[in-house]
Amino acid sequence: MTIEELDQIAEQVRTESAKRDYEINVCMGTGCLSQHSDRLKDKLTAEVAAQGKNAFVRRTGCMGLCAAGPLALVDPDEILYQHLSSDNAKAVVASLGNEPIAELQCNLREHFDQQVHVVLENSGHIDPEKIDDYIAHDGYRALLTALNDMTPNGVIRQITESGLRGRGGGGYPTGLKWGTVAKAAGDVKYVICNGDEGDPGAFMDRSVLESDPQRVIEGMAIAAYAVGASKGFVYVRAEYPLAVSRLTACLREARRRGLLGNNIGNTSFNFDVEIRLGAGAFVCGEETALIASIEGRRGTPKPRPPYPAVSGLWGKPTLINNVETYANIAPIIRNGGRWFAAMGSERSKGTKVFALTGKIANTGLVEVPMGIKLREIIEVIGGGVPDGHTFKAVQTGGPSGGCLPAEMLDIGVSYDALLSVGSIMGSGGMIVMDDTSCMVNVARFFIEFCMTESCGKCIPCRAGTAQMHTLLTRICSGTGTMDDLELLEDLCSTVKEASLCGLGQTAPNPVLSTLRYFRNEYLEHIHDKHCRAGVCKIETPVLEAGVIEAAVTKTAGEVTA
Amino acid sequence: MRAPTPPPLPSDDKRWKIVNGTMRKNGFARHALIETLHTVQSSFGYLDKDAIRFVAKSLRVPLSQAYGVVTFYHYFSLKPPGKHTMTICTGTACYIKGTDKLVAAAEKRLGIEQGQTTKDGQISLMTARCVGACGRAPVILNDGELFGQASEEKMLEQLERWAVE
Repeated sequence: MTIEELDQIAEQVRTESAKRDYEINVCMGTGCLSQHSDRLKDKLTAEVAAQGKNAFVRRTGCMGLCAAGPLALVDPDEILYQHLSSDNAKAVVASLGNEPIAELQCNLREHFDQQVHVVLENSGHIDPEKIDDYIAHDGYRALLTALNDMTPNGVIRQITESGLRGRGGGGYPTGLKWGTVAKAAGDVKYVICNGDEGDPGAFMDRSVLESDPQRVIEGMAIAAYAVGASKGFVYVRAEYPLAVSRLTACLREARRRGLLGNNIGNTSFNFDVEIRLGAGAFVCGEETALIASIEGRRGTPKPRPPYPAVSGLWGKPTLINNVETYANIAPIIRNGGRWFAAMGSERSKGTKVFALTGKIANTGLVEVPMGIKLREIIEVIGGGVPDGHTFKAVQTGGPSGGCLPAEMLDIGVSYDALLSVGSIMGSGGMIVMDDTSCMVNVARFFIEFCMTESCGKCIPCRAGTAQMHTLLTRICSGTGTMDDLELLEDLCSTVKEASLCGLGQTAPNPVLSTLRYFRNEYLEHIHDKHCRAGVCKIETPVLEAGVIEAAVTKTAGEVTA
Repeated sequence: MRAPTPPPLPSDDKRWKIVNGTMRKNGFARHALIETLHTVQSSFGYLDKDAIRFVAKSLRVPLSQAYGVVTFYHYFSLKPPGKHTMTICTGTACYIKGTDKLVAAAEKRLGIEQGQTTKDGQISLMTARCVGACGRAPVILNDGELFGQASEEKMLEQLERWAVE
């Protein structure tokens, strides 16, 4: 495969497309599929044939606005229809060439206008399982350019210049990581794509893998060339069956086109990718635990150093990046590192995909430039809190992150800014909570998550999270005391500082951030036995004397009996 | 050195051939343990002792290690599932939208706790740590099929339909 051949394929796809008057793109991501967008697509195809229109119905990946699904986009007029069912198919096809159907149209301009799509540029526009569609959107051009015209060092230079930082949450500079693996001694090296998106409330990686998997494969191949690896693994959650099946189909297509395998692009570069399924362990998102899992063992982390860059999979130098990080690579190589660095803020470049969920009108996937204010994401793009409720907090970073109150909404989204206010960027989950959520209960929810997901290897995390959970449960049930609160804060710092891996080190974050911004709610639970959101079941309000007496007599009776 | 001969298949059940296929594809390498267990679970629905023994022996992995892996990962189940499985997502977005109440209602209706199967083997009630469909929260999986914006009413109706089947 050469660049000229890519051009030919792209030209073919475009000619085909130009022959048609209309193209109807139907979203078939997990969200819309759950509302039977597959039936909608079949019905649309049948209607196009029945009504004799010169149109093509295409299966695409996620269009982002899950709240309004099932979605369909009619090209070239760019009319977006929402809440479709197969009953609407006839009318939609009939409207081609006529006035669009006003009542089905989605007119959320402000939702889309504020976004900048780099990672999601093809999502919703291409058929994820057709490699030619991807090639027609400049796919694999970056890989072939890198192989033919750039040295591995040149590739790393571009990535470094772009200022890209790891999108899994840590924010480690990607160029630096690649450089370390490239310099590591050894003939055999590996690249791994971390698709173990365990954060509850986050689905960016799922969406990218379902909507544009070739982009991730291309990013991995470029990375492999840069660091000198010839074998790659994608570690995906088994809970994402659609992503796995699309990825499998894409790997087959890429091999068929000679874009994976031996002598890619007629060069001496060989590379292939295997899929490894996760098995439902949050800790496997941690890189050393993930490596253990690929090796077929229990996913327990190891102390670092040695870092995987030096000694990773089977003891070989290994590059691990997140799905979204790899998805950024091809556009950076195509447009240059400077192009990417021009977007975003001072120390956080480019764009970030967020999964906007919870108590917000426009739930779904959004991609925004770094540095954008939280307020803009929530109020403009997200459409604010629905049903007349008031905003209380936004949670970023999942169980490792924190809850930020309304006063903090004017900070710009970047790794450093979020860290400075007690949360983290994380992988991109952004959950909005309103006045019906109790922050103590939310903190307890996250600690319960970390407690059950703790692998049990180190004591601070294993025992610490369990004790924190007990204390929080007590506070939630109205039996907590100020001593409990003090002990809780004490434990937070122990678990944070003494745990082995990221899971334990960040587990106290939700507690610390809610204590920092919503301390009043903790105090209300302790002193007033009151939960202002009405979520916590406070056991015994204030007992009247008679009730206590009765209870005492009853207990005494049981004892003597 | 010749590789030791793999053990015979536990029975003539054709599904064992699928399991063996996964191991063969991976050259009976030890790192194929999790892959193979996935195949067993997707073929049989769960992992019983015979299956774990067979896989451990075939891949020359100590039985303790294989058992350790099975119990470490939540995805693997040691008990056979019911005829139908309802999985309620308890990820953050679903939790904020009240799936804890759905879980409680389902537990009450079925008289079992999450992670258990009804006595007649008809329905298993499971919870998931986020299925990644947060845009449609709260989410329920009925025999693997995803339903978004679930309500208690609809959920109970589904349980009712399964119970009388």
